[in-house]
Amino acid sequence: MTALDPKLDADQATGAAAELLVGADADTVIEEEVDTRGRIRRVFGDMPWLVKLSAIWLVLVVFGAIYAKLDISVFGGALPLQDPDLQTNGFNAATGEFGTGEPIEGPSWDHWLGTDAIARDTFARVVHGAWVSLIVALIAATFGVVVGGFLGSLVGFVRGRTETIIMSMIDVILAFPALILLLAMVSIFEVRSLTVISLVIGFLSIPAYTRVARANSLAISNREFVAAARAIGTKPRTILFREVIPNVLPTLLAYAMVAAAFVIVVEGSLSFLGLSVQLPQSTWGNMINQARRDIRVDVSQVVWPSLALTLTVLSLNQVGDWFQQRGAVRSAAL
Amino acid sequence: MLAIIGIRVLRLVATIFVVTFLTFSMTSLLPGDPAVAILGQDGIQNPELLAEVRAELNLDKNFFHRYGLWLGDALTGDLGESYINRGQEVSDVIADRVPVTAQLAVMAIVIAVVLAVPIGILGAYRQGRWEDKASSAGVQVALSVPNFITGIFLIWLFSVQLGWLPASNWNRVSNKGLWENLKTAILPATALASTQMAIFSRLIRSDMIATLKENYVLAARAKGLSDRFILARHALRPSSLSLATIIGINFGALLGGTVIIETLFAIPGMGFRLINAIFQRDIQVIQGITVFVAVVYVVINTLVDLFYTVLDPRIRRS
Repeated sequence: MTALDPKLDADQATGAAAELLVGADADTVIEEEVDTRGRIRRVFGDMPWLVKLSAIWLVLVVFGAIYAKLDISVFGGALPLQDPDLQTNGFNAATGEFGTGEPIEGPSWDHWLGTDAIARDTFARVVHGAWVSLIVALIAATFGVVVGGFLGSLVGFVRGRTETIIMSMIDVILAFPALILLLAMVSIFEVRSLTVISLVIGFLSIPAYTRVARANSLAISNREFVAAARAIGTKPRTILFREVIPNVLPTLLAYAMVAAAFVIVVEGSLSFLGLSVQLPQSTWGNMINQARRDIRVDVSQVVWPSLALTLTVLSLNQVGDWFQQRGAVRSAAL
Repeated sequence: MLAIIGIRVLRLVATIFVVTFLTFSMTSLLPGDPAVAILGQDGIQNPELLAEVRAELNLDKNFFHRYGLWLGDALTGDLGESYINRGQEVSDVIADRVPVTAQLAVMAIVIAVVLAVPIGILGAYRQGRWEDKASSAGVQVALSVPNFITGIFLIWLFSVQLGWLPASNWNRVSNKGLWENLKTAILPATALASTQMAIFSRLIRSDMIATLKENYVLAARAKGLSDRFILARHALRPSSLSLATIIGINFGALLGGTVIIETLFAIPGMGFRLINAIFQRDIQVIQGITVFVAVVYVVINTLVDLFYTVLDPRIRRS
């Protein structure tokens, strides 16, 4: 893709490819000693504006989620963001006054995105909802990259019986329709905390990553530099950790962006069904589910969390696709 | 050829066996004693009665024994009786609800293919021009909007604003006739189709871009055949094979989607029943529906695999 881009000169192309992909050879090692700013520009400089916008949105989401969390856990709600659980039309114990809010209000200076059915501030709830999506996506990606990445790289490198055993276990998990298996697993737990939800989704993320990692590991294990390492008598374990895994990793991280988009949709669906993190914690999914009951009165309360969810998924897809194209990576498992 | 089918069928049986075992062990982990759930207060006060009911439900036997008994029954089509709604056979529940879910899934696939084929062809034929860019952008968005959001906005537009179609419920063909049935089915099926449509049209576009570079397309063009004819008759044919495969692969996602969409539209299908069972902790129903759906999914995937092997001889060798 990028190789055909006339704006991109040859030097940029090779430099960028080396940043992201397989087969770092002697030339690039020398080049890596050049200033960091130049390298960053080489990799991100020709990002299409849509991808840049997407990246900015993702940064905003991460910032919002952390800000909301800090607000509650460190500053006790003192930062300038409203309390997501406060019913602004009721008695406020903190100030000793009755609130002046109204349920299902349109946007105003006091409530930027209006209020929900029980007069809670929608903007605060959307920002707090980002935390759940962020944590679930991060834990799923960590599980996937660490466990799935290791298993996949290992079996792609050693082959043989280990591969048969591990891959058939993976195939059994993939034999279930993903959401059905997730529902069955989630129903086991009496208390559905953020930890439980993240761990279950994280566990279920492993198989797909294993497949992607295995496909790449297979290709890399057949490369010359692995054969060379074998020839000079390097221990298999060292080859795995020094040659195979570092080369599988970039592909896997690009895949993680796209997988994170999927995970956020899955968590949203679970919340929507009322089977994710319990109330009053707001999530985009449960906000949508609550607001849809009043859709005949006001649709805007459905719009805000939907927009946040969709934009995040769209952005992750955009950035992930760009990384994959940039590395000319093919995720063989899909 | 027969050997290949034999191996596939053996693998199918093995997978189904493991899938049932996993589902059974998972649902056995559910908290709470079903016997207590059935008897309520009586069970806690009367330990003898409790023991009797436990024996009746085989709960006094060990795990593997229970699994064996359950699997034996399941093979004869008996998936047990709901603990919560006494007297309700799980297999009856499934038989009652399968037609609804199946209709939704089939309609969704049909809608997705009908929309995806022209969009994909347009994208490939006008590759790089504004038509391609616009449709690709649309496809990207459709791919990123979760189906329950699509569903809500379809309800908002067609039921709340326009008042053309009902926002929820389901009319069975047997009760109200086909027309009333379709009126309740079209919105949920469209919501379910939106993501699939995006996936299919992306595939058709990229497939067709490759096909259009083939020599036989050039030959057809040289013969003076019209673009329309070439697109429809020559270029679409190879894509149909990969389309069939991707429909099979995505069938699992579609089944998951029906759970959400049925809940959103209050449709009495299997997915909605599964969600209710989860909230009621109705172990037998959760177990039965999960196993049923997983087996259907595994069987369909095997069929798609076989179909592919039969159609494309190159795959047989690898």
